[in-house]
Amino acid sequence: MDKRPSLPWPSIILCITACVALLAGGLSLWLVLAVSLVWLGSIWLIVAQPDAAPQPLQETSFTSERMGELVEYSGSPILVIEHSRVTVANRAARRLLGKHLIGQDLRMALRHPAAIKLMDKKKSGFTQIRGLVRRRDLWRINRQVLNQQMSVIEMLNQTSEADIRHAHTDFVANASHELRTPLASIIGYVETLSESGPSVPPEKRKRFLDTILSEANRLQSLVSDLMSLSRIEAEKHEQPEQKTDFGKLVRRAAKEVAGIDREARLQFDINGSVYINGDERQLEQLVRNLVDNALKYGDSGSDVTVALSLNDALEATLSVTDRGEGIAPEHLPHLTRRFYRTDPGRSRASGGTGLGLAIVKHIVERHRGRLDISSEQGQGTIFTVRIPALEA
Amino acid sequence: MNEHTVKAFDEDITRLRGLIAEMGGLAELSIQEALEAMIRGDDDLAAGVIKRDIKIDALESEVDKLAVRIIALRAPMADDLREVIAALKIAGVVERIGDYSKNIAKRVSDIEDRKKFEPLTLLGAMGEAASEMVHDVLTAYASRDPVLAREVIASDEKVDAFYNSIFRNVVSYMVENPATISSAAQLLFVARNIERIGDHATNVAEMVHFAATGVYPPDEDV
Repeated sequence: MDKRPSLPWPSIILCITACVALLAGGLSLWLVLAVSLVWLGSIWLIVAQPDAAPQPLQETSFTSERMGELVEYSGSPILVIEHSRVTVANRAARRLLGKHLIGQDLRMALRHPAAIKLMDKKKSGFTQIRGLVRRRDLWRINRQVLNQQMSVIEMLNQTSEADIRHAHTDFVANASHELRTPLASIIGYVETLSESGPSVPPEKRKRFLDTILSEANRLQSLVSDLMSLSRIEAEKHEQPEQKTDFGKLVRRAAKEVAGIDREARLQFDINGSVYINGDERQLEQLVRNLVDNALKYGDSGSDVTVALSLNDALEATLSVTDRGEGIAPEHLPHLTRRFYRTDPGRSRASGGTGLGLAIVKHIVERHRGRLDISSEQGQGTIFTVRIPALEA
Repeated sequence: MNEHTVKAFDEDITRLRGLIAEMGGLAELSIQEALEAMIRGDDDLAAGVIKRDIKIDALESEVDKLAVRIIALRAPMADDLREVIAALKIAGVVERIGDYSKNIAKRVSDIEDRKKFEPLTLLGAMGEAASEMVHDVLTAYASRDPVLAREVIASDEKVDAFYNSIFRNVVSYMVENPATISSAAQLLFVARNIERIGDHATNVAEMVHFAATGVYPPDEDV
């Protein structure tokens, strides 16, 4: 203990000098000695005091401040619970449940009985809760127990996943419905013909056969649309790399789909040549679908304008404008959904499969482009496709 | 709310509020399930709702005990006292809401021939409006938000309007289909229960407003 690394020399020198000065000043020797004794004694006491014991390493592993820093910027809401009180709520959690929840009982934030049941358990676990914050949402809640008092709660929003699952089921149900309808009429007419073939008058038989043919054609185009939709979806992450003269392609595909009898209705407004990276077959299909829709749903005999230009942002801008009754605004957001029809009867009558615009949307997305639809009722509809162009 | 020098008091209040929230969560689920059971004719779901009411009642008495204990031991003042009094009253009202859900669930088996009984479809929207009120008022309680509380009070009008239109609808349906009168009469009671749930949510909203600000909302019609 006595082994002092350094004596406090400055203090001792100061003390001795002061005492000498006091002696010189004429104070009695005993008094000066007493003063110096007290002085040196107090210095000794201070020096002899052992250093404060080194602070024991703090148990830093699970303090709530550190956990708070750790999870603050996490994307999903995370809460740290101590004695059933919320001590940490990260940014996402505060945004979802409100700032007020820190310091409150956890049940204030998650009052759904299933959540409370999860919290009352001693073990870690998870549960799924519908309508936790808003009525229709679906959350998965994971609870990780750290020790007797602390647990961490992570919340995962599964609403959109559930929606996608739902949409997928919808698609399968829709597709089988669409496939079955033409099949049903084909089977019906064929049965009639085979059972009472000879007794059916020729003109009626002709009509039956025509219906069978048109339904079979519809089935064929539906199947090929479904095939191309799934093919495009499968390739949608590979960007096409074939250099394509878009202007030439648009002109060719539009004429092809119009055929001889409708070609006169097409008006082209294509200046110069615009090159893009693209998949020629898919781009042709895109143009075909858009121009065919415009010719079909525009007023019969009215013009359809197909315009292509290069905008300031170096995008090839293709617009197909028809003149007709237009589309009601409430339909616009849903037009690219599969099998969505504004007027089911008319669409079927004109041989539509309900997949055309869904295919267009997927092709545009694969080409890193955008599809805009604007429509004015009574005037007509404009479909605009923007695809990044190549420098000429 | 500021922290108290007596930490135990803080803990008591937090626990009290937690219990109320738990009751509210149970009541909220009960309303939704009771209506679902009513519309689909699901007896098992209805039985679950009836059973859950026991839990709500137990929680209410726990809230009562804790509130009385807080008042007796800690003698709270000002906003703390408001908080405890409001909790006491809210617990009573939420318990009533649970009772109404139970009441709806009990009537599930009284509706005959559900498929042909059209007025049943009217209940869905009304029930949704009422359970949304309960949901919002509990959120307002959790965040001590007087603005949201006033919004809940305003939305009671919607539930009342639903009630009136269902009443008229069901009465004219009874006139046209005398065979279904007993089911239709049950349905009127159910609609009445939902309407009462809306009223009680309004009561809770008033108390939330009171606990947060110290005054009852201005446009209160007593």
